[in-house]
Parts: sequence; structure tokens; C-alpha cells
Amino acid sequence: MEKTNEALCKEIIWNSGVNPRKCMRCGKCSGTCPAYDEMEYHPHEFVFMVENGDIEPLLNSKSLYRCLTCFACVDRCPRGVEPAKLVEAVRLAAVRQQGANHLKPDDIPALLNEDLPQQAIVSALRKYNK
Amino acid sequence: MQRIGVFVCWCGSNIAGTVDVQAVSEALKNEPGVVLSTNYQYMCSQAGQDMIKAAIAEHKLTGIVICSCSPRMHEATFRKTAAAAGINPYMVEIANIREQCSWVHKEMEIGTEKAIILGKAAIAKVNLNTPLTPGESPVTKRALVIGGGIAGIQTALDIADAGFEVDIVEKKPTIGGKMAQLDKTFPTLDCAACILTPKMVDVGQHEKIRIFSYSEVTALEGFVGNFTATITKKARFVKEDVCTGCGLCTEKCPQKKVPNEFNLGMDNRRAIYIPFAQAVPKVATIDPDHCTMLKTGKCGLCAKVCTAGAIDYTQKDEVIKEKYGAIVVATGYEPISMEKFDEFAYNQSKDVITSLEFERLTNAAGPTAGKLLRPSDGKHPHKIVFVQCVGSRCENCAEKGKEYCSKICCMYTAKHAMLTRDKYPDTEVYVFYIDVRTPGKNFDEFYRRAVEEYGVHYIKGMVGKVTPEGDKLMVQASDLLADKQLHIDADLVVLAAAIEPDKSARPLATMLTASMDTNDFFTEAHPKLRPVESPTAGVYLSGTCQGPKDIPETVSQAGAAAAKVIGLLAKDKLTGNPCVAHSDELMCNGCSSCERVCPYGAITYTDKEFRMPNRTTLIRRVASVNEAVCQGCGACTVACPSGAMDLKGFASEQIIAEVDAVCK
Repeated sequence: MEKTNEALCKEIIWNSGVNPRKCMRCGKCSGTCPAYDEMEYHPHEFVFMVENGDIEPLLNSKSLYRCLTCFACVDRCPRGVEPAKLVEAVRLAAVRQQGANHLKPDDIPALLNEDLPQQAIVSALRKYNK
Repeated sequence: MQRIGVFVCWCGSNIAGTVDVQAVSEALKNEPGVVLSTNYQYMCSQAGQDMIKAAIAEHKLTGIVICSCSPRMHEATFRKTAAAAGINPYMVEIANIREQCSWVHKEMEIGTEKAIILGKAAIAKVNLNTPLTPGESPVTKRALVIGGGIAGIQTALDIADAGFEVDIVEKKPTIGGKMAQLDKTFPTLDCAACILTPKMVDVGQHEKIRIFSYSEVTALEGFVGNFTATITKKARFVKEDVCTGCGLCTEKCPQKKVPNEFNLGMDNRRAIYIPFAQAVPKVATIDPDHCTMLKTGKCGLCAKVCTAGAIDYTQKDEVIKEKYGAIVVATGYEPISMEKFDEFAYNQSKDVITSLEFERLTNAAGPTAGKLLRPSDGKHPHKIVFVQCVGSRCENCAEKGKEYCSKICCMYTAKHAMLTRDKYPDTEVYVFYIDVRTPGKNFDEFYRRAVEEYGVHYIKGMVGKVTPEGDKLMVQASDLLADKQLHIDADLVVLAAAIEPDKSARPLATMLTASMDTNDFFTEAHPKLRPVESPTAGVYLSGTCQGPKDIPETVSQAGAAAAKVIGLLAKDKLTGNPCVAHSDELMCNGCSSCERVCPYGAITYTDKEFRMPNRTTLIRRVASVNEAVCQGCGACTVACPSGAMDLKGFASEQIIAEVDAVCK
């Protein structure tokens, strides 16, 4: 069953644990993002689009899969908004709408690298499902 | 038996909206001692007060209960009313049926029931009230100003001009503070030194002002009107009254590699130094951490060249005790450390500087003699990036930044950008802002001038990171309005660092028992109506120790604090609070429990002779309370094991009577 936009928005905010209202529109996330040029919607836009319930364009955007989950935006955001977590939650929403993951958990050990943050492994499951 | 009058206030609809005032006054009519119970729309109005006065005369009242707003609002008003009608003001009790009743309840029934209970408690207390007379204490007609920046200077001058003696204690070798380090001042662009140094000279020459420079307040005791401060004058190894400030020693000293704190370490000074040319007092100071003579005993060159014979390597710290009537805190601010902001590469490149460092770089007395040169290679920068809100408005980074807006950065950055473009038209100047906040007289016009006349590029967005690459600084930032990520190869990056209270403020607040907020800014007694007073009586606040402020605001606050001090010092005697502790000597067993818990040092023990049966006497150790020092906190009454200590106006039996009335 298709979720209403409002329910989807609530779910994304809940899953991410982010309060987008804390954003003061400084743009430091987008200033720091290494994947900025690859993105259609930039980190700061993610934040205010989720805040405004503008989810549909995000779900359909390639930007979702351009985020490196490097967490630079999370580290540097002066208000503790944590945009990467929001991107991750939107990604999760997209995956859930599409069904199963493409990357199987069994495939992961072969791809492991000790420098890789755990969050990146989890997000990889969702990123490579396209 | 008391004859009590009960007056229930409607406070318009504030109380009457949720409390049936008629029912309350009816219900309280039959309480013990009550001879009159009535209600009125505004008890605090002239008509309401006249009503109370008339009732006192008509019904020969001995006690008054007002059911109204918080005693913080109108207790003083009604005490005055009672006094005017001839009864002791401490026979008035307030039952707070507004803040603690009507405002917190929604249902009339519940609100009314609670109001009646609160009224009954107050009546039970008044039945046990006794008339109290406040004591008086003398006022020492001298003020202490802690901090010699523009705030302290202005406060001291204003108090001294009114004819009272003022001592300024400044921890640095000279007064002047941060303002002395600034180049120009917004929004008029007059030179900071040109407007500050005449005031410094005035302070230095004023017959009513003494400056304790290179000194700190190390202990404080006493109370409003009667403080005693211990001031430690650090040894400067130069006799202050002999040194002429000629500066010969500072030229001859062979120790040349001491980072010059006045120029924020961007150049060096000698081990013996005068911070800057217009220092007051203009006296040299030897830095004991770097002086070869003091460290190894070999050198003594400064003493040889000093024609006045002012050098004294054996000087010791001097401790001075002085009495004061009032204390003004003017401890000022420091920019926060940029060490933890890795993204701006402050630690990696000398060409990433703070705004205060930029002030010194553009100042004629600074390390570059006023030429804007890069600290790394001394070259003229062409592209300059200013970053605003570095560490300000920072919610998540408590260990890095500050949650508040530092208030002054928008204006000084506009000033820096404008001056740079004015002096060096070949430069490109970028300012990255989140919001431009310019609420002040001629402030927004000033900022607009920077944009419109001087062509400063204001970009809405924040710098994400700065990476040194060769002799350039690669600035990666977002331009939110253009929805672009910018990459600028800058020559110089200037960070508008947040400001925080000076580190000395916290220990000083503890000494003064003055309260502070979580950011270590001093708290004012009331944020709107008593903005320059600390909640601690006799302690006043001036300048940025109370919150971020620019110079115009600091000067007005400094003047306001001075006015308050003058008002206090103009009195010959201060009326104390009669609700203080009292010891029943016959019950006191001399255990010292009260002395140990008293936070004000108000309790002393004395040996007293007591008459015993058969013409014998007994000497016993008993507690006595200094009523002028006691603040009536009641800690001793709880600590006393024998029940000898009691609080006047809040006696244990009065409190128990109130509790009984509530629980009945």
C-alpha cells in the first residue's frame, strides 16, 4: 500500500532521529560536501525539503545514491542537524518501497576494509540495491 | 489576639478569571483572628491601597493578609501601605493566588479551593507574626571596579566624577582592555585608540581613581556597603612610582623572542616591556617567565640602563586589603579558541587568522605597521575570505563553540571588509554569512555601504572547509542563493570567532556569590528592569561580563552601573533585612553546627557569663548572629540540633502553622 506523503515524511524523520527544524540555513553541510557537484539536491536542500514534506522528488532523485556517507556534514553542522542521517533515512524509505536489497549480507565480508565505517557498510546495503 | 484584615485581589481577570474571589473572601471571614474579609479589582491601585488604609483605621487591624500576586511583585507596595497607616510593615503577609494558583489552574472550582487554602495559611502565619525593625549598617564610600577595559574605565570615571573614590583592579600591566587592541570602531570608523586613550589618561590622572594594574582580587568578604577585598599586586620587578616609562630598558633587553600578547603573538617583545605606547600606567613590567636575570641571575642589563633606578629584581607580590561599599564587575571577554575547528585549518596555516588578529594586522601600531600582509610570507593578499559565526550559534558543539550569537561579529566583519576594499581596491573580498544582524543606530546603513559602495561580496552560505594548497588557501563553501558550491583560492582567511566571558569571571563569581548562566556570563537581577545589577546586593555588572556587547552598548551599561553605584554610595546608612537569624542563648549548646553551614560567615561564637542559682555564674560558649551580614537563608535554623536558632519573620512555629492550615 502506498503511504501518504505525510506518513512517509514522519517515518523518515523518525528513522533518521533528525529534527530538521533545528536547521538555521547556514549551508555549511553543502559547503563541506565532497559529492556536491554530483547531486541534484544538496544536503541543505534535503533538510528543508524533508521539513516541508517535499519527499517525492527526493525519492526519485539520483542524489540519494551520490551521498558518500562520509559524515562531513554531520561532523560540521553547527546545529547538530546531521543531514547525512536524513539522506540515509530517505534512502531507506526508497528501498522499502522497492522491496529487497540487491547487495546480500553474505556479500559484505568480501568487501570489508578496516577503514570503512560501520555506518557506511549499512548504507551500502541500501545504496547498491538500485 | 490579632485583628486581621483579608484583602482578595481580582487582578482584573488574571485572578478573577479562574478564582471565585467572592467565595474566597467569604470563606476566609471565619478564620481565627479575621475581623474583615473583602475583595477588590486591583488591590495595588491607589484606590485599593486607600481601601486598606481606611480598613486599618476603621477596624483597628493589627495584621494584614493580601491574596494577590507573588510577593516579588507587590510585597513592598503593601508593606509601605501598612506602614503609612501606622502598623508594622512586617505584619503584612501575601498569599500568592496568581502565579501559584490562578495562572496554573484552568478550572474555577480547583483554583478557588486552592486560593482559600493559601489564604488560610497566610492568616495562620500572621496570627504569629511579630513587629520587626530592620537594622542599619554604614556605607563605605568607595567603589571597586574589577577590570580596566572600556567598561571598567567608563564606570570608574562616572563614579569618580560624582565625587566618590574608585579603585580599578586590572590583571594586565595596563588598563585599556580589548578596545586598545582594536584598529577602527564601527559604525563611524574613528580610530579606537584616539577615542580610548584620552579616557585612559583621564583615569590615570583622576584624583579620585587609583589603578591597581597587574593585580587581581584574590579574596572578598562582607556585604553591601561593607565589602573587604584582598588585592594581590603581582611583582612587576619595576618600582611603579619611580619608572618614568621612557622605554629604554625595553629597547636594550637582550631577550627578544617573547611572543607579544598585545599583538596576539604575531610579533615579539622583550622580557621587559610596556604593552603599548599609550599604556596607563606607563610603567615597564618584567615577564618573570622569560627574564634571564630572574631565571639565572645573570644579566641585569635593564637595571644598568635605567636612569631612574626603577628596576627591583627582589620585588615580591604585594597584598592589599581595602574596604568598599560597592563592587562593579567589568571582566570582559576573550575570543574562543580556534584550535578545535579543524575544518578552517587555523592550526595548519598562518594565513588563517581570527578577526582580532586582523585588527592588529591593520593597526598602525601592529606587527606590520598597519600594512595588510600575510603572516606566512609577508605578501600582500589579493583574495580575502571572511567567515562569520565561527563557533557562534553552535548548538551541538558545546566543547567547540557557543550556543549564543556573539552579536559584534556582523558589524566588525563589515568594517574589516569595507576598510580592506577602501585601502586596497585591488582585493576581492568575500564575506560568508548565515544572517547579517545589524540592529543598531546606523548599523544596517554601514553594512549596506560595504556591499553597495565598496563592492564586498556578501555570500549567503557557510564555508565548509579550508585546505592549504601551496601558498593558497582553498576555500570550499556553499552559495545558498545561487545553489552552488564555491571554490575560492584565497590568500587570507579571517574567522569571526565567537566571544566568551574572560576565564577569571567564574572564580570571581564564586567569591562574590554572584550568579552566572551556563555560559559563565554574569546574571542580571532582572533581564529587563534591573539589567546592570547582580542579584547579589552591592554587586553591579558592566560590559561584556554580562553578555556580548559592542562598545556603544558597553559604555551605556557602564554609565548605568555607575549611576546605581552612586545611588548606593550617596546613602549614609543602609536599611537591612530584619528577617534574619536569631540565636536563643539559653538554648544554644555551643556546638558550632550553625557556624559551619552559614554561607555568609554571619555567625560567631563568644563566651558569655550566665547567672546560675545561689549567686554563681557559668561561662558558656554561645552563637551570635551579625544581623548586617545575615541574609536570612535559614540554613542555621535547620542545622541547629537544640532549636536555638530561628529566623525572624519565618520562625519554625510560623511555618508549621502554615503547613497545619494547608493540611487541615
